[in-house]
Amino acid sequence: MPASGFVRDGLVGIAVFVALAVAYRIIPDPGIHDIILKTCIFSIFALSLNLLIGYLGLVSFGHAAFFAAGAYVFGLFMQSRLVDAESAWAVPLGLGLGIVVSAALAAVIGAICVRAQTIYFSFLTLAFQMVLYSAILAAVPITGGDQGLMGGFPKPVFVGIDLTEPGHMYMFCAAIAIVCALILRQIVESPFGYALRMMRDNPDRAAFLGLKVKLYQWIAFVIAGAMASVAGMLQTLLDIGAFPEWAFWAKSAEPLFMILLGGMQTFLGPVVGAFIFEILNAVVTAHTRYYGLVLGVVILFFALGLRRGLADFVWLALRRRAKKKAADA
Amino acid sequence: MLRLDNVTKAFGGVLATDAVSLDFSPGSLSAVIGPNGAGKTTLFNLISGKLKPDSGRIVFDGENIAGLVETEIVRRGVGRAFQVASLFPSLTVEQSLMAAVLSHRREMLRVAGRFETAGARTRAHEIIDMIGLGAVARTEAAHLSHGDQKLLDIALALALEPRLLLLDEPTAGMGPEERWQMIERVRGLWQAEQMTLIFIEHDMDIVFEVAESIRVLVYGAVLAEGTAAEIRGHPAVIDAYLGVAEGEGP
Repeated sequence: MPASGFVRDGLVGIAVFVALAVAYRIIPDPGIHDIILKTCIFSIFALSLNLLIGYLGLVSFGHAAFFAAGAYVFGLFMQSRLVDAESAWAVPLGLGLGIVVSAALAAVIGAICVRAQTIYFSFLTLAFQMVLYSAILAAVPITGGDQGLMGGFPKPVFVGIDLTEPGHMYMFCAAIAIVCALILRQIVESPFGYALRMMRDNPDRAAFLGLKVKLYQWIAFVIAGAMASVAGMLQTLLDIGAFPEWAFWAKSAEPLFMILLGGMQTFLGPVVGAFIFEILNAVVTAHTRYYGLVLGVVILFFALGLRRGLADFVWLALRRRAKKKAADA
Repeated sequence: MLRLDNVTKAFGGVLATDAVSLDFSPGSLSAVIGPNGAGKTTLFNLISGKLKPDSGRIVFDGENIAGLVETEIVRRGVGRAFQVASLFPSLTVEQSLMAAVLSHRREMLRVAGRFETAGARTRAHEIIDMIGLGAVARTEAAHLSHGDQKLLDIALALALEPRLLLLDEPTAGMGPEERWQMIERVRGLWQAEQMTLIFIEHDMDIVFEVAESIRVLVYGAVLAEGTAAEIRGHPAVIDAYLGVAEGEGP
């Protein structure tokens, strides 16, 4: 069964898509739709960061740079009228351009950051992100500075998808998130993905097996950056604008929180984390201004109480039970 | 096969490797001995590219490899195992060896296809059977016994089908009985694979029994070279290293 893993994951992806579509029909509450939609967007963001943290063992503090890069490139392209505003090509071309530009940016930043390792890598990513943030603030004529990218843009229909329709937008984000998750899943289960695990565990030994550690780290950084830009572009589609806070360091902390909440050893851990994060966001902000306080307590519960994210905790418990069963039998 | 010409490496003011010239013939089984701090591991680090020599040439198969990085030297056929087993704790024995085999085949950059079905399993199990880790093939490296960790470390190097294998104290941390089992396994591998093998060892009984030829390092320099009989009777070696309690080892 050579393709079994990929086929199985693909079937799971289709099943999830159908389930989300059904959920949209049977739950009429737009608040719930909103939580699922944002979970989809942030799942892409958190999953892409976890390629670096969970699989490669490199903690990036500047991942939002690529979220913001995608958002601004896409927003500026949609406002630019480079493509006819009513053209069906506008949105797909904008998405493609955002990915290409963000990947190029990640290629440059990554080439410098992977020269450093551990905490120095983290500091460098943070520094580059703040450079981008300052550039966005300074380039007022292009980016609108601290006001953000205002004025909106049209969202022309393409292949029957009308993103001005909330239902279409919901299903579009769900589909993109599932495709991104499937791509990342394939990457982490490929030989390349195992090379990343080896470099997380023991980069020196990986080098003595002939693997060029920095090359692998760089490629993973570019993939993660390109993927994060997709999340930024979906957010731009949702908000019909882009904002400089998306490039601020605090934005990079959000996917980190999601990974902490959901778990970094289980592939879907960041998705679970994104879901918890969005639920907290919706429930807590409805009742109190002290959102940060509640979030902090919840994270402390996972970090000090469970000592891991929720998905990792459940996965480990299930594995222990299976092992015990096997030992008893 | 492998020739070192005047290889020198200093750390600060200390000469860890002091104008070392050595020659290892193809298919030979040699031991490097010497007291702690004699520069044995530094020598391996220089040959394998972990360190760059300050001066001198390291000629492997007619090519000067001094100054190349470790990945380039590995690709030329130099494998290495470590004094403290250097493994991938979260990978199983099987996965570790499949990864090493795929790396040898230069297939680790592939993002298409799954690692588990990448076709390296058969070869990985050949190596597992050869080294005797069949019973723990599905155990994660972190949960292996000390001896099995040392074996896996060697197995990883074997997966690269090296023509020169460097083993840094293959019997470190083992009891007397386990040591002999280990070294017999190493000798068996050397015979089966017909490679050049150099090992560092502190147990003199093992060295004198197994090694075809012996190099003695003291303070970074070569003190003596020869067969077991020659080294056993070498006055300078007895003086500097073996001492009067010859045969027991330090």
